[in-house]
Amino acid sequence: MSSHYEAPIRRPLIEGDKSYHDISVDVAAPVEGKANKLWWIAFSIALTAFLWGIGCIVYTIGTGIGVWGLNKTVGWAWDITNFVWWVGIGHAGTLISAVLLLFRQKWRMGINRSAEAMTIFSVVQAGLFPVIHMGRVWNAHFVLPLPNQFGTLWTNFNSPLLWDVFAISTYLSVSLVFWWTGLLPDFAMLRDRAIRPFQKKIYGLLSFGWTGRAKDWQRFEEVSLVLAGLATPLVLSVHTIVSFDFATSVIPGWHTTIFPPYFVAGAVFSGFAMVNTLLIIMRKVSNLEAYITKQHIELMNIVIMITGSIVGCAYITELFIAWYSGVEYEQYAFLNRATGPYWWAYLFMMSCNVFSPQFMWFKRLRTSITFSFIISIVVNIGMWFERFVIIVTSLHRDYLPSSWTMFSPTFVDIGIFIGTIGFFFVLFLLYARTFPVIAQAEVKSILKSSGEKYKKLRDGNHE
Amino acid sequence: MSNKVVQAMYNDDDILMDAVKEVRAANYHIEEVYTPFPVHGLDKAMGLKGTRIAITAFMYGCVGLVFSVWMMNYMMIEQWPQDIGGKPSFTFIQNMPAFVPIMFEMTVFFAAHLMVITFYMRSRLWPFKEAENPDPRTTDDMFVMEVIVDGNEDELIAFLEKTGTVEIKVTEKH
Repeated sequence: MSSHYEAPIRRPLIEGDKSYHDISVDVAAPVEGKANKLWWIAFSIALTAFLWGIGCIVYTIGTGIGVWGLNKTVGWAWDITNFVWWVGIGHAGTLISAVLLLFRQKWRMGINRSAEAMTIFSVVQAGLFPVIHMGRVWNAHFVLPLPNQFGTLWTNFNSPLLWDVFAISTYLSVSLVFWWTGLLPDFAMLRDRAIRPFQKKIYGLLSFGWTGRAKDWQRFEEVSLVLAGLATPLVLSVHTIVSFDFATSVIPGWHTTIFPPYFVAGAVFSGFAMVNTLLIIMRKVSNLEAYITKQHIELMNIVIMITGSIVGCAYITELFIAWYSGVEYEQYAFLNRATGPYWWAYLFMMSCNVFSPQFMWFKRLRTSITFSFIISIVVNIGMWFERFVIIVTSLHRDYLPSSWTMFSPTFVDIGIFIGTIGFFFVLFLLYARTFPVIAQAEVKSILKSSGEKYKKLRDGNHE
Repeated sequence: MSNKVVQAMYNDDDILMDAVKEVRAANYHIEEVYTPFPVHGLDKAMGLKGTRIAITAFMYGCVGLVFSVWMMNYMMIEQWPQDIGGKPSFTFIQNMPAFVPIMFEMTVFFAAHLMVITFYMRSRLWPFKEAENPDPRTTDDMFVMEVIVDGNEDELIAFLEKTGTVEIKVTEKH
């Protein structure tokens, strides 16, 4: 037992009297059981929204981008807002699985699988927007430097939009292999438990024939560590490059050097909020409260509080620098942002992102499940408004007052956004019923150090 | 020599670790150990060499970096230089700052994917690969140590029984 020592001050990460076998049973239960009515209701709603979104996308492609609410002053609105919002949400998964692995935080193990699933599903949503905004989606492969009949026609490697293509595709594909490599032992567990031949075949296929040899585990751990080491700068680079889409332009309100760290903090902020939203429901529905404990939620709330405060500092710094720069265009952009016709969006952003996370200073509130859920939704709304504020308020009053205007979304803008939310939940609900939603192999490896039963046994021995 | 192995099953990782040490001390050859989760220190106890897969990742990353430099130099500087926003485009080094993001992304892309492919190949993991674990319980909560029979079989079994095993099976290994 001595090799499993953990300081008694650390609270257990696996609650209850669990054995290794109990963990397998609990993780396999949602996969082996039948979906309840609530799942079917949620799935139907998500699927309807998704189909509506597909309809709006088809209409956009068939008719043209003119069906959106864009005009000649505001040429970029909900599409890029939604893109940045979804990419930002994706960041929490990598933060949890990679950064917390490098810092040896054991609490990541209960939540990393679902957080990474969320990453992949939300980056898929994000990727949709630039593609459909191209208009002629059948030429989407032109963003890649592929040899073609023109011989010397290549992509422009000076453009931040192309950097984005490389960043997002690297991010999506690396997250996917990171996720899948971690899934192999857990698929193998489901495969070896499966009774029905069809299930056995499917999980056998998905598990790539994982057998759990000592050498495989040694490589597995090394690969996980190196992937975490690669994914950490990668995730920071992705939102940095997303912020370059704005920061390298010459639009007042966008052209700021604070954007990369500010965007990364905002991404982590919104991502952790989405993880909280999803896991607070999942731990209840799938009976995983022993693995996704109150402590997990509390720790995520602390991250939300800190990143929310960083974002708040960035908002204030932006205002200060705009004033301090002495550039009147810059000053006007920020004055207009806070007090112009979009003041309500700015107020929404400020109260949701800067004010609301401050409640998490109180232990009573950050350990309350209901309150955490409400705040997680509030933060997600606030972060959508942040992107909207940055994008639309910087554009709608340009250098020529005669072209000043407002942006109003059409039903197609709204439909596509709702469609991506539907698509996201369709994927997540299917995942929750077919995948091992907890990294059970990893959780088993910390059972003796961080399980409640073993902690009690050990603490008893000391007395 | 036959390919006979004794498969001793354990129900606890600590007992397994002690058993591995005892078996090695008694000069028996451990063919393989199957565990449901990574047991820390097991590779050292078994005397496995460290893995070099991290070194391959470094080399793949270097390949990615070189490839991205070559690609952007060929496309943007050599084949068809253009004046884009007044950015200097006639030497690579002058245009390089704009290429840093993609140089970084390609480095990560190559390192991550090629390392994972190497891992899958070396550990024989791919779709439609049949699993080879000796017992389905080894992905749940059981640990199996395979020891090669070299000499007296009964003696080996008697020895393993004392190491806290819960089940012993003798099979042919192919």
